[in-house]
Amino acid sequence: MNANGSVLAEGAYVPPTPADMHLPDIFTLGEFGFGKQMLLVLLSVVIVSWFFLGAIRKRAMVPSRTQFIAESGYMFARNSLGKELLGVQHFKPFVPILFTSFFFILVNNLYGSIPLIQLPTFSHAGSAYALAGIAYLTWVGVGIKRHGLGKFFKDLTMPSGVPGWIYPILVPIEFFSNLFIRPVTHALRLFATMFGGHMAIMVAASLTEYLIVQMGGIGYLVAVGSGALGLFLFFLELMIQCIQAYVFALLFAVYLQGSLSEGH
Amino acid sequence: MTFLANDGGSHAASNPLIPNVWEIGITAVGFLLLLFIVTKYVVPAFEKTYQDRKEAIEGGLAKAEKAQAEAAAARDEYTQQLESARLEAQKIREDARAEGEAIIAESKARATAEATRITETAQKTIEAERTAAAISLHREVGSLATTLAGKIVGEALTDDERSSRVVDRFLADLEAEKQNAGATR
Repeated sequence: MNANGSVLAEGAYVPPTPADMHLPDIFTLGEFGFGKQMLLVLLSVVIVSWFFLGAIRKRAMVPSRTQFIAESGYMFARNSLGKELLGVQHFKPFVPILFTSFFFILVNNLYGSIPLIQLPTFSHAGSAYALAGIAYLTWVGVGIKRHGLGKFFKDLTMPSGVPGWIYPILVPIEFFSNLFIRPVTHALRLFATMFGGHMAIMVAASLTEYLIVQMGGIGYLVAVGSGALGLFLFFLELMIQCIQAYVFALLFAVYLQGSLSEGH
Repeated sequence: MTFLANDGGSHAASNPLIPNVWEIGITAVGFLLLLFIVTKYVVPAFEKTYQDRKEAIEGGLAKAEKAQAEAAAARDEYTQQLESARLEAQKIREDARAEGEAIIAESKARATAEATRITETAQKTIEAERTAAAISLHREVGSLATTLAGKIVGEALTDDERSSRVVDRFLADLEAEKQNAGATR
């Protein structure tokens, strides 16, 4: 839909490109251009705070429906992400960051399924890098603070229960995989699913539009097919948006668990 | 930095993996801002509600348990009181019965005594009256008989001693006759 610009009047179908995800900035300030994506990111902060603070405002013993939903959401982040993975003794300080990760990403992903907004903010790689970076700094920081630098790296790169002669091979692999691959995949997993989903819907939508507007005739029939595909992709995407928010927060919790646990 | 961002967001690099630096910054700021709000306000509010509710439920349970214990104690006390009341009632009943029996026995004894006394008095009176009557009869019958006999005999029996002897004999005869009659009867 944002892609109409790229459908050329001549009649040949031109698929949308990633550049079509980037609308012109709302305003620019020298180097700094403030775009729709940034507005949505900041809006998500307002949405999450507003919803949870509003829902819990009364602190009712017998919750209203809104409070109940908010409490269920909170308890989900607190218990199934925090308590179960990090253990009863350790999880309390990490509840806020896991809660924030999950709901911040969830809202930003769901933007992709809201008509007119329709932009999952993590389809812009920078946002995913930012969150994965924060997560990376957090779990590495927690690990070093808890075990000291030496023991942290030893735990990270030298899994126990492995014959000694394997270590020369294993240590570099573990080091590379845990400290470099891990944050990259953490970011790219989120970015790629959002980007890919958004792209697929864009293609389906622009194809449908092309078939109806430019082609006509048999195109109307085919458009039904591509429209159905778009609809299917919409619901698939809705599911993926929720799952990816969960996966990101879950992996974050798993990394933290590794930093907190006593040796491997 | 700027080489990554190219020319802002509007015409981002064709490679989608190359980020807009400003987006990294805004997202990081947004996330940290939300993290601050969550840490400072959201989590404490939810935890407090959770804690309050837990306490309310546990308090309610404890209160219910206490009430139940109190009820059980009251019931025990009540049962005990009932039992002691029953025992007391039984005792009172028994006492009353014993007392009643005593009273009846006493009354009976008194009545018997009274009856005996009355009977004795009556007997004494009867005896006295009978004796008096016998004496009076004795005398009158004697004098009547003497007078009658004197009249019949035509002779004044002035000798008291003799007449008295005659009368005695007559009476003795009479009594003997009467006794014979009683024996034969």
